[in-house]
Amino acid sequence: MKQFKYLPKYLLSSAAAISALMIAPQASAFCGFYVAKADTDLFNQSSKVALVRDGDRTVITMANDYIGDPTEFAMVIPVPTVITKEQVHISDSSLLDHLDAYTAPRLVEYFDSNPCARREYDQVTVTGNRRMASVGAPMMEKEAKSLGVTIEESFSVGEYDILILSAKESDGLQTWLESNGYRVPKKAVKTLGSYIKQDMKFFVAKVNLEEKAKQGGEMLRPIAVAYESPKFMLPIRLGTVNANGDQDLFVYTLTRNGKVETTNYRTQKIPSDKELPIFIKDDFGDFYKDMYKISAKREGGHGVFMEYAWDMNWCDPCAADPLSNDQLKELGVFWLDEGRDIQPMPNPRRFRPKQMAKDVYVTRLHVRYDAESFPEDLKFKTTGDKQNFQGRYILRHAFDGDMECPEAEAYKKQVNARKETEIKTLANLTGWETKYIRTKIKTSGKGELFELDKPKKKSDWWNNIWPGEDE
Amino acid sequence: MAGVSQQMQKQGIHLPSFISGLLADPRHYQIIVLSSLILLGTFHFAFQLPWWHVVACIGSTVGTQAVADKVIGRKFDARSPLISALSLTLLLRTGSVTLSIAAGILAISSKYIIRWRGKHIFNPANFGLVILSLLFTGAWISPGQWGTAPIFALFLLGMGGIVTGKAKRWDVSIALLVSYAALLFGRALWLGDPFAIPVHQLQSGALLIFAFFMISDPKTTPDARLGRVLYAMLVASIGFTIQFAFYNAAGIILALILTAPIVPLFDRLFPAGRYHWPKFPMTKTGVSHETVQIPAQILTK
Repeated sequence: MKQFKYLPKYLLSSAAAISALMIAPQASAFCGFYVAKADTDLFNQSSKVALVRDGDRTVITMANDYIGDPTEFAMVIPVPTVITKEQVHISDSSLLDHLDAYTAPRLVEYFDSNPCARREYDQVTVTGNRRMASVGAPMMEKEAKSLGVTIEESFSVGEYDILILSAKESDGLQTWLESNGYRVPKKAVKTLGSYIKQDMKFFVAKVNLEEKAKQGGEMLRPIAVAYESPKFMLPIRLGTVNANGDQDLFVYTLTRNGKVETTNYRTQKIPSDKELPIFIKDDFGDFYKDMYKISAKREGGHGVFMEYAWDMNWCDPCAADPLSNDQLKELGVFWLDEGRDIQPMPNPRRFRPKQMAKDVYVTRLHVRYDAESFPEDLKFKTTGDKQNFQGRYILRHAFDGDMECPEAEAYKKQVNARKETEIKTLANLTGWETKYIRTKIKTSGKGELFELDKPKKKSDWWNNIWPGEDE
Repeated sequence: MAGVSQQMQKQGIHLPSFISGLLADPRHYQIIVLSSLILLGTFHFAFQLPWWHVVACIGSTVGTQAVADKVIGRKFDARSPLISALSLTLLLRTGSVTLSIAAGILAISSKYIIRWRGKHIFNPANFGLVILSLLFTGAWISPGQWGTAPIFALFLLGMGGIVTGKAKRWDVSIALLVSYAALLFGRALWLGDPFAIPVHQLQSGALLIFAFFMISDPKTTPDARLGRVLYAMLVASIGFTIQFAFYNAAGIILALILTAPIVPLFDRLFPAGRYHWPKFPMTKTGVSHETVQIPAQILTK
C-alpha cells in the first residue's frame, strides 16, 4: 500500500481485513507483505489473511508486518458480529509464514539420465518460492453516545487495545473516530455508512505501548478473531478507498469439505506444470511476479487466482511441511479434536496409523484488485471439490556428462527442441522477449542448447532409403 | 429466426424443409446455445467439466425420459431431456460422475411424478440441481464460475433473447431481470453504495443463464402473460432475499424451486392457453409452425 506523508495518525482498515485507509509513511500495510528478504519486493502491496471456516463458524487471522512507530498504528475492520475479549487471540506470525511457505508456488527440478545408459530415475529437488513465503473511558463513551456510536466492547489483548463499535450513522462514526485521533478519508464515509446499514460492527485496534514495551521486539503480532455468522466474506472496500493502484491479497482458507472459491468474482487457476529454462532457478521470483501480472492482464489486470488447493495431510513436492495439529489449532481449526474420543479398535501395532488423518483442506487464493474492478467485497463459498491443485513449475536438466553412443545425437536434438519449447512457454507466460530469454540463458551459462554436429545437408526422408548413394 | 425463414419464403426463397423445421422449434436454438456455452466454458473458462460428465448426464436424462415415456405410452422425444442435461451440466459442479447421473435421473423423474393438472411443477434441471446440491457436499452450484466479463454478458443476452423470443416466454426473462435489477439498484441506493456494485452483480453469467434458459421454460411458468410477469417478480424478490439476507449466492436458483409449487395458483388466477411445443415440423411445404394455443375454456372444462 502506498505511503501518505501527510497523515498524522493512521487508520489501517482491513479487508477482513485489510484495507488500509491510511498508512504510516515508513511502514507497509497491516497484513501487507513487504518481502522480508532484501533481494526482492515481490507483491509489495499485499496483505495476508488465514480464514478457518466450517458451517457458520469463522476464525480469521490477519498477519501484520507493520514496522514503524507503534503509536502510529491503528486499524478499523468491519466485522459481522460484536466480538468479546474471549473471541480475540494474539497469534504467532510464524504460523502464517509457515502456511504461506506450505502453499507457495513451487519450482521442481528433474535431471535427465545419461542417454547412453538409459535408466529411469528422476531426482527431484524442490525450491518453494520462499520469497513469497516470507513474503509472504467514560468521557469517550459519553461522546460516543451523543454521536450514535456505541462502544460494544472494550478490552486489551496482548499488545493491542481493542474497541468494538456499532454505529447508527456514518457521520457520527466518522466524527467519533476523528475526535479520537483517527483520520478517516472523506471517500470512506459512504462505505462506512454502507457497512453500518448492513449491520456490521467495527473492530478498532491500537497498540498499547506499555504492553508492547514489555513484550519487546519490533513486529506486531497477528490478531485472530473467532465469530459465528453466515457471512463468509472479506471486506476489501475500505482499503480500496485511498489506495493507489493495485493491491494484492493472499487468502489461505482452511475448511473441512474442500476448495473455497469466490462467488461474486471468477476464481481461476494460475498456469501450472510448465517446463521452463534452467536459469529460472535464480530468477524464480521475477518469473512468478511477471507471470502473475500477465495472467491478471489477460483478465483485464485483476482477478482471483487459485495458487494452491490441497489436503493438509500431505504435499508433493513439499515446499514446506504440512502444518502440525498444534499449528492448525492455533490458527483456529476447531474441529480437529471432534470424534477423537472414540477409541479405535486395537490394531496390531504395525497397522496403527501414527496420527489420525487431519480433516483439513487448504486453498490459497491470490487476489489482485482495485476499487474499479472489485467494487464489491469478496464473498466466498466452500465447495465439495477436493481435487488437488498447485502452482508448480518444472526445470528439466539435460544430461551433461560424456555421451558417446549413437543415441547421443538424437538425444541432444530432442533436448534442443525441448529447450526451444521452454523458451516459447516462458515468453508466453511472462511476456518476456525471446531475445532477452536467450541472452539470459547465455549469460547464466545454465541450460544452454547443445551444439550439434554439423547437420547433414539433406535430411529428406528419401535420404534414409538409399543412404550414401549420391556420394 | 422463424421470421427470417418466413421472410425468405415471401421472397420466394424456399429453405429445404428440414432446415426450416429445425428453425421452427425453440428448443433447437436452446440446444445450440447451451451446447456452445458448454464448449465456451470448457475451452475458454477452463471449467472442470470432463466430457464424460456431459455424456453421462445426457445419457441419464434421455434414458429416464425414454423409460418414462414407454411406461406412460407417450411418444419419446429426446429434445427436452437434452436441454435439461445441458442446463444441469452448465450450472451444477461436481467431481463425481455418479452425482451427474443422479441429477439427470432426478430431474426427469420429477417431470413425471410431481404434476398438477397435467402440468409438471418443477423445472427439471432446477429440481435436479437444487436437490443434489442440498443433499451432497460433493455437488454444488458455482455462481462465480462465469465471471462478469461484460462482453460475455452481452453475448448471452443476445443469444438468450433469440431463444426466449422463440419460446414466447421472453416476458418472464425480462420481468425477472428488470425486477432483480430494480432490487439491486434499490439496495445500492439505500446503502449509499456506488452503482458499480449493482452493475457488477448484474453481470453474472449464472444469473443470465438462469433468466434465459431456466425460468423461461414455457412448461413450468404460468400460462398467462400477467401471471408470468408477477411470478417473475416474486422469484426475483425471493432470490434477492435469499442472497442478501441469508447470504446464499445461489439465491435466485433456490427461489425458483421454492415458488414453483404456487404456479398452479397463478394459472387459476390468470387462466390462459397452455403452451405446447410445436409439432416437429417436417412438412413438405417447409412452412414453420406457430405455437398451438388451446383456449382456456377447453382446458378448464
